[in-house]
Amino acid sequence: MSSNQTFIYILRFVVLVLVQVFLLNNINLNGYINPYIYLLFILLYPFNGNSTLLIIWSFFLGLSIDIFENSGGIHAAASVFAAYLRPYVLKFSFGLSYEYNVVKISKSSLPEKLTYLGTMIFLHHLMLFMMEIFSFNHLLLVLKSTVFSGIFTFILIYSSIVLFGNKSE
Amino acid sequence: MQQIIYFFIKYRNFLLFVLLFSIATYFTIQTHNYHSDKFFSSANVVTGTLYNFKTSITTYFSLAKENKKLVEENVYLRKQIEYYKDVTEPAAIDTTIFPLFDYQAAKIINNNYAYTKNYLTLNKGARDGVVTDMGVISGRGLVGIVSRVSENFSTVQSVLNTNSRTNAKLKKSGHFGTLVWDTQNPNIVQLIDIPRLTEIEQGDTIITGGKSVIFPEGILIGVIESFRPDDFDENYYVIDVSLFTDMTSLENVYLIKNNFAEELYELEMSVSDE
Repeated sequence: MSSNQTFIYILRFVVLVLVQVFLLNNINLNGYINPYIYLLFILLYPFNGNSTLLIIWSFFLGLSIDIFENSGGIHAAASVFAAYLRPYVLKFSFGLSYEYNVVKISKSSLPEKLTYLGTMIFLHHLMLFMMEIFSFNHLLLVLKSTVFSGIFTFILIYSSIVLFGNKSE
Repeated sequence: MQQIIYFFIKYRNFLLFVLLFSIATYFTIQTHNYHSDKFFSSANVVTGTLYNFKTSITTYFSLAKENKKLVEENVYLRKQIEYYKDVTEPAAIDTTIFPLFDYQAAKIINNNYAYTKNYLTLNKGARDGVVTDMGVISGRGLVGIVSRVSENFSTVQSVLNTNSRTNAKLKKSGHFGTLVWDTQNPNIVQLIDIPRLTEIEQGDTIITGGKSVIFPEGILIGVIESFRPDDFDENYYVIDVSLFTDMTSLENVYLIKNNFAEELYELEMSVSDE
């Protein structure tokens, strides 16, 4: 990884954390629905990038949000979970070709893109709310929060990819 | 040996995932106990300063609303003074006696209510004399309890936190119960442990009970929205209480210090030792 690339990641990391904490966490639609756009960091990480490094990045990304939110380690756990499963989701969404660096998220076909984003967001949010609510008696609440927040996140992430897609690739 | 190294290299992602996930789970479980030492909280220099900076900008947008709230509170307090003037001669103030409770103003620089365990961050810390277990109220009623203090900032466990347990009572009949939160609505909390024998009505006022060291008796909490028998024990009510304080738009709060907290705590400890 070149130092220029590392700088871009650090910048993206800081910007996403600040946007998440100061802007999006104050939306509280209907009392509890917030989008979690910081997941964009994990989604946009190069498909052929070092996956071990991504897990470490993700841990600190989630932990930064947790410290701001006093939420223990729920964002860290969900981010690490999403980062670990990402290679499998990539293979599932784009087929084997993603390993040869031919796939770019802004240039992939719509169904592939939707599968990739949808699966990643669902996995991340499911783990996030399971850790947050931390009880199997409230499974319905977990699913409800996952679906509502997930849709919100999806719309926001999809539009940011469409808006900034050409530059960030 | 080579086999072991090979194993670690092959499964490095999985092992790293398990390690970091366990650490994150450990941090999460830590937040479930009120008195455990958390590793991280928003009452640190970096997040505190950033939140402070944000608040210094955003408060300008709600100045009119906040002013209105403060004026309303002044009117309420003036009415109270007027009432006491009629009732008694003003008592001579004995300055040698310490008041039981002391008040201090603070500003909220971060407010959460979307989680099941919510915390607020205040711009006052150890330097201003804030200690853990101080009560926090707004001009309209109960807010929470100080849970962690740093040099310049502190975090408050909001009443909207599933760990929160506050002693409360019915103003009319004086029956005591415990205030908890079922996470459903940020304006509604639940009062439990009120026996079915109690006569209650929609609209009755709930106040703090005074059976704790943290809050003085009679701090306003809310009014009864609805009530139903407890699912687990038919002899008790679960009462939905609509809070006076709007937890979703809070700015100025008061910290309550019990001047005899240490003495009371020591006394209680010595009793329980026996």
